Amino acid sequence: VGLLYIFAITALGVYGVVLAGWAANNKYSLIGGLRSSAQMFSYELALGLSWVGVIMLAGSLQIADIVDDQGRRLGGWFLGWNAFVQLPAFLVYFLAATAEVARIPFDLPEGEAELVAGFHTEYSSMRFACIQMAEYINMITVAVLGTSLFLGGWHAGVPGLPSEGLVAFVWWGAKVFALLFVFIWLRGTLPRVRYDQLMAFGWKVLVPVAAAWILATAAGVALLPGLFQVASR
Amino acid sequence: MDAILFYVFAAIAVASALVVVGQRNPMYSAFALIVTLCSLSVIFGLLGSPFIAVLQVIVYAGAIMVLFLFVLMLLNVKKEEDRPVGGGRTLRGVALALVTLLVLQAGTVLLRWEAVPAAGFDASTRRMAQVLFSPHFLYAFEATSILILAALVGAIALARKEP
Repeated sequence: VGLLYIFAITALGVYGVVLAGWAANNKYSLIGGLRSSAQMFSYELALGLSWVGVIMLAGSLQIADIVDDQGRRLGGWFLGWNAFVQLPAFLVYFLAATAEVARIPFDLPEGEAELVAGFHTEYSSMRFACIQMAEYINMITVAVLGTSLFLGGWHAGVPGLPSEGLVAFVWWGAKVFALLFVFIWLRGTLPRVRYDQLMAFGWKVLVPVAAAWILATAAGVALLPGLFQVASR
Repeated sequence: MDAILFYVFAAIAVASALVVVGQRNPMYSAFALIVTLCSLSVIFGLLGSPFIAVLQVIVYAGAIMVLFLFVLMLLNVKKEEDRPVGGGRTLRGVALALVTLLVLQAGTVLLRWEAVPAAGFDASTRRMAQVLFSPHFLYAFEATSILILAALVGAIALARKEP
């Protein structure tokens, strides 16, 4: 079940934020927890839908199979990675992941301009450290998943360059850090969106785009199986 | 090993289910329900069906319970007033639960259900999809999805304010 297991564990992650906000017994924290429960639930949907096309192309839920599938496409060139073959899904994944881990354009659960510090207002020292660490672990997790699902994992992307053994770690790490850099970059660049804008964007843009892309991918896989070299197991 | 795990998680499931019913604070009930659902998922996993186990966590613990919590927190439900426990109400509840248990047990015995899945039973993701989309279940499956869609539209129609 590979990928689905990761999805299940991320789905449980929202309780940490909700419980932290609720247990603080503070109205700002409660609103932060409330927002995060609605936000993470909404964006989880788009996040999950953005994976479906990738899974369909690879024909497997195992991350290793998905990475190998990308490495085989187009003779190993990076244009065969899912970030290019599945560009709409990648964009949906990136936006939904940013919102799912509550990074800045979508960090409404914290929103210090209106909610003091949101769900972690009442926590200090070690407890705050735990919350902060969880937030960054979340960010690293979605960067790693994005690397494996869309950016070709440990493959070099140029035929002839080595991507075996220890060199694989270098490629993989470079891609993960590039994604992390973009997350931090966005934080430094963009202002926070409004809450109704956030919900409207999630439900009226990301989810329909992801659903339409699933249909397109399914049609492509069914009608032109040779084009994508769909693995048949 | 499987038997130990089964009994541990079955006990957790039953205990947290009791907490769901017994708690006066709806928030605590919701949290206990999450624990119940997660231990049920472990039992599905032990039955050799990791796909159902993971779906159980994603759909129920991950999505439905988050909505429950959202509504509870949005409406700011207070602790239920203490009603006198015991007396006729509790007795009737316990009696109803016992009758249900008896009926289920009688059904199991009369229909001779196998507790152990038949040999060659395969509940992998691929097999699940093949069974679900086989002609045998396809219409029921699609009808369920239309039913859910109808419920969704109905809920929106009921909740919408007249313009």
